[in-house]
Parts: sequence; structure tokens; C-alpha cells
Amino acid sequence: MKQLTQRDSGVNGSLPKAATGIQGLDEVTGGGFPRGRPTLICGSAGAGKTLLAMEFLVRGATKYDEPGVFMAFEETASDLTENVRSLGFDLETLIEEKRLVVDYVRVERHEIDETGEYDLEGLFIRLACAIDTVGAKRVVLDTIENLFSGLRNEGILRSELRRLFGWLKDRGMTAVITAERGDGTLTRHGLEEYVSDCVILLDHRVVEQTSIRRLRVVKYRGTSHGTNEYPFLIDENGFSLLPITSLGLQHEVSSERFSTGIAALDAMLGGKGFYRGSTILVSGTAGTGKTSLAAYIVDAACGRGERCLYFSFEESPGQLVRNMKSIGLDLKTWVDKGLLEFHSSRPTFHGLEMHLATIHKLVDKIQPTMVVVDPIGSLAEAGNRRDASMMLIRLIDFLKLRGITAFFTNLTSGGEAIEKTDVHVSSLVDAWLLIRDIESGSMRSRAMYVLKSRGMPHSNELRTFLLTNTGFELLESTIASRDIRSETSGEARPRRIHGTKRPARGRGDIAETASPEDIEDVR
Amino acid sequence: MKKAAKLDKQPPLSLQDISEQKSPHQPDADVWNLRLYVAGQTPRSIAAFANLKRLCEEHLSGRYNIEVVDLIKHPQLAAGDQIVAIPTLVRKLPEPLRKIVGDLRDTERALVGLQLRPATPPD
Repeated sequence: MKQLTQRDSGVNGSLPKAATGIQGLDEVTGGGFPRGRPTLICGSAGAGKTLLAMEFLVRGATKYDEPGVFMAFEETASDLTENVRSLGFDLETLIEEKRLVVDYVRVERHEIDETGEYDLEGLFIRLACAIDTVGAKRVVLDTIENLFSGLRNEGILRSELRRLFGWLKDRGMTAVITAERGDGTLTRHGLEEYVSDCVILLDHRVVEQTSIRRLRVVKYRGTSHGTNEYPFLIDENGFSLLPITSLGLQHEVSSERFSTGIAALDAMLGGKGFYRGSTILVSGTAGTGKTSLAAYIVDAACGRGERCLYFSFEESPGQLVRNMKSIGLDLKTWVDKGLLEFHSSRPTFHGLEMHLATIHKLVDKIQPTMVVVDPIGSLAEAGNRRDASMMLIRLIDFLKLRGITAFFTNLTSGGEAIEKTDVHVSSLVDAWLLIRDIESGSMRSRAMYVLKSRGMPHSNELRTFLLTNTGFELLESTIASRDIRSETSGEARPRRIHGTKRPARGRGDIAETASPEDIEDVR
Repeated sequence: MKKAAKLDKQPPLSLQDISEQKSPHQPDADVWNLRLYVAGQTPRSIAAFANLKRLCEEHLSGRYNIEVVDLIKHPQLAAGDQIVAIPTLVRKLPEPLRKIVGDLRDTERALVGLQLRPATPPD
């Protein structure tokens, strides 16, 4: 008994697992599929069952030195080879090197008649033959339920399938069985009844014209597993799963601060700027300079030799570079030096999950110290608001865990409360800057305000600023010094950084208009 | 396709206890080439062969060939004719290719399957 438990249990006291080698899936399943047992992968047509199964074999053969057998009941070997080439899998080489066998099993009902008793020994023999050819450790049966359309005697089929799964177990094969999802059931022919150690459900749904792929571990006997639906994507590198919701609030925090590149803004933030690895939100109405501020901070970071990743959902990289030139920023230099990477796409280009996945992949590739998402509100267009805020939570967690500073912009639409984001992330951000318009007479000017900044003393001033061809020019807050005690008034408060000697027109007027009522409003 | 070619070159062996049955080859077109796939000498295989032989004697006397392929001995031959179920009878000639799985105990159905008798309306 003791021996048995020892042999059957893995390192951590759970079942021995066979790593899939698929990004994210091993984390969700706590190490992979159950070793020596069958795993059922179900999902509707086009959910990615075959690709997942194939990647399991290919990774097994290439990464873990476990040869595999792919029994295809749907596609011919040459079709399969063609189809997975786009994922970067070279089946022909693997087959040549005797690390993979692909056997296409065709069962055509119209050319088969049945009379009397039979069994599926032919299938067993073929499988055994294939397994022995390469010394396989992994087996995929894709989609074995096709037998039900080829053969009529369901009673025989069922008992033979039961025998087959038992036989695979006896041979110690880590098997993956794919099955089409049935109406209200996991599989059309109730295979979950026979393969019950591990069941994985793939889902491909279209929500408001945007497709979303998700994976869920329905059941995993004898092991703990993530129970959420995890978004995944299929691209030129195969599958990748985003097990982000498994992150908690255990990230390490940095007490290092970094400059925004605008001395006056740094001064408003206790003189030292933001915390590294914090989440910063800038919100404001249209045309208030949110993107400009983001570009400024990116410029400062790149100037320190840090890498930045800029996701733009509104402007193309070329347009951004051109526009930022008008406030004296030469972002192209940083792009050329490889310190800054733009990624522009329309929010509706693909689903939220795909956006998130893209961010993940680029972050992994580029290893930036700062990620800008401009603007986050656009993401709500790619899904509904709840999904968008869920995604942002995941993104925030993901970046926090890696100590990457997140800089988000958010557009406040007219009529909405300015202290509100349409994707409900305001409570999640560490620092929040508000930018707003102030109208007075025939002038409309911009004012900046630190709504919150966790863990540091910050200014309570509403500072008007100008965007000039040399950048941000924060004007002195006359009100603050006159009527209200400024929280940072004790500290040196540089009036302007890119200060031009030229006195700004109507400067006094603008500042005057920022009345105490306005400040109350913003609060 | 490769496997099919191989199959032709290497004539499969018949079951030992089941007597090898080959009727004299006739050059004219009307010869039936039948191949029965079995896996070992199970009662079902033996029954299938007996049923097949009886059926052929009754309906195709003198113009048929039966090859018996034992997949236990030649597992690699299973893929060529896409064999899944055992026993499977394959009508190689006349074309088109037909398959009948099972022990052929229902002679009527077997005849229909071999197209020796027109299909009756489904019951």
C-alpha cells in the first residue's frame, strides 16, 4: 500500500504529470496532463482541439524526448502536416526522425456493411504497431467519435472504446482524446463517461462580432487545478494560454521613484515622481494632452536607457512620432535605438483576450520597464465594459508582478463625471492624474491635478499648463499660494521647466479662473 | 498508397488452421477477389471464414479467391485497407471496393453488402 502510494504520487504528493510544453497550460494544470492516463479535450468545431492535441505531441517529441502517435480520424496525414505548418510544426521531419507517427484512419459508412459480431481489434493492432515503431509515450486520438458515424453498432463501439482506454492506460500511454461538443453535454457520444481523469473544454465564441477563445479545466481527478476560463490564442508559435487570473496580490513592491521628465510634475508628486512598477492613470476629456503626457514620460524613460512599450489604439506609430515632434519630442530616436516599441492596432481588430495576449507576448519579448496603453477606454469597444475591466485587472496584475510601470490614459467623455473611468479601474490604480479644460472668456486652457498618488505626499494644486513646441509648461498656481495652503508649498516648486522666456499670453487670467470651486469640483 | 503497393508484392499468409482456400484462377473478368482480415484464430474469425466460404460456394462457385490476412502476424497491413474492425471482409474485385464487418452470420445482409443481391427497403 505504502509502495503503491509512493509510486503513484508525484513530487508534490499529487499525480505524476506529463508536461504539455504549452505556454500557460502547464501552470493551470499544475504540471501537465495526467501521466499514463487519457485526457479528454472537448469543444465545438473550430475550437482548436486538433491543434492543442498536435502541439502536445510535438512538444513531447521535441522538448521532453517522448515520441508520439497521432491517430487522425478526420484529416489525412498530409492535410494535418499542411495545417500545422502555420504553427511552426514540421511534422515531416519529426516523422522522418521516428519521433512521431501519423496514422490516418478512415471509416466510411457508405462503403461498409455490418453483419454480425465484430470488435475493433484492427484499430488496436494499428495503434500498437504505431506505438512500437517509435517507442511512443504519448498518443492522440483525434476525433475518435468519428467511429460512431462510420459504424452502426453503438453497443460494440462503446464497449470497445472502454477497452481501448483501459488498454492505453495499461500500456502507460499519456493519451489525449478529442471529442466534439454535444448538445448540452461535453461530448456528443458521452465519452466523458470513459475518460474521466482529466477533461478540458475549449470554447470559441463570438461576442459582438469579436471572437474569443477560452480553455477551462472541467475536471482533473486527484489534483488541484485552476477552475477559471482562461483565454488562449493560436498563432505562429502554437498555443498560448494566459493563466493571469491565478496571480494574486503578492507582487514585490519597489520604493524606487522615477522622474516624469517634467520637473514641475515631479514636484507635485513629492518631488521625486512616480513609484517604479506602479500603475498610473491619466484621465481627461478630449484634447487635453493625455497622449502628450504619456509620450513625455516615455521620452524621459528612454532617456534613462529604459525600454518602453507603447500600445496605441488610436494613432499609428508614424502619426504619434510626427505629432510628438510638435511638442519637442523626438521619439524616432528611441525607436531607432530599440528602446521604444510602438504597437498600434484598432481595439476592434480582435478580441480583448487577443489584445491581452499580444501585450503579454510583447512584454515577454521586449522586457520593458514601462508599458503605455493609450487609451484604455478603447478596449471596452473590443468587448463589453465588464470584460474590459476584467482584462485591465489582469493586465495590471501581470505588469505589477513583473515590476513594470503601467501608464494608462483614459478619455472621459463629455457629461460623465470626470473622476470616473468607463472601465472601472480607478480603484486599482496607484496614481491618478486628471487633466481638464477650464474655460474662461474666450480662452480654454488645460489644468492638471493629482487626484491620488498612493504612498507619497502630493500636491493638491490644480495647475494650469501649456503645451508648447518645447513641451509641458506648468504655470504657477496663483490660487494655491493665495487662498489655500498648498500641501507641497514647503518644497521647492519649480514654476516651469521648458520655460520659455516669453510670457504666456493671458497666463494670469487662466490661473485666476481656477477658482476654489473648481478645485472642490475636481475633488 | 505505398502500403497498398507493398501489400500486393507480399502475399499475406492465411490462417493455419483454417484451410487455405483458393479456387483455380480464371482469366475472365468475372472473378471475385475477396480478402478477409482477422486477428488470430478467434471463434469469431473462424465463424466468419466458414460463413464466407459457404456463401461463396453457394453464389460464386468457381469464380472467387479468398485471401485471409492475420493482422496479428502482419499488423502493418491494417492501414492499407483501412481496417478498424475485425473481422472485415474486403471485396477487392469487382470494383468498387466494398467492406463488410462482422462475422457474416446474416447471409442475406452479407449478400446485399457484397452487392450480390439488391438492397431491400430498410426495415
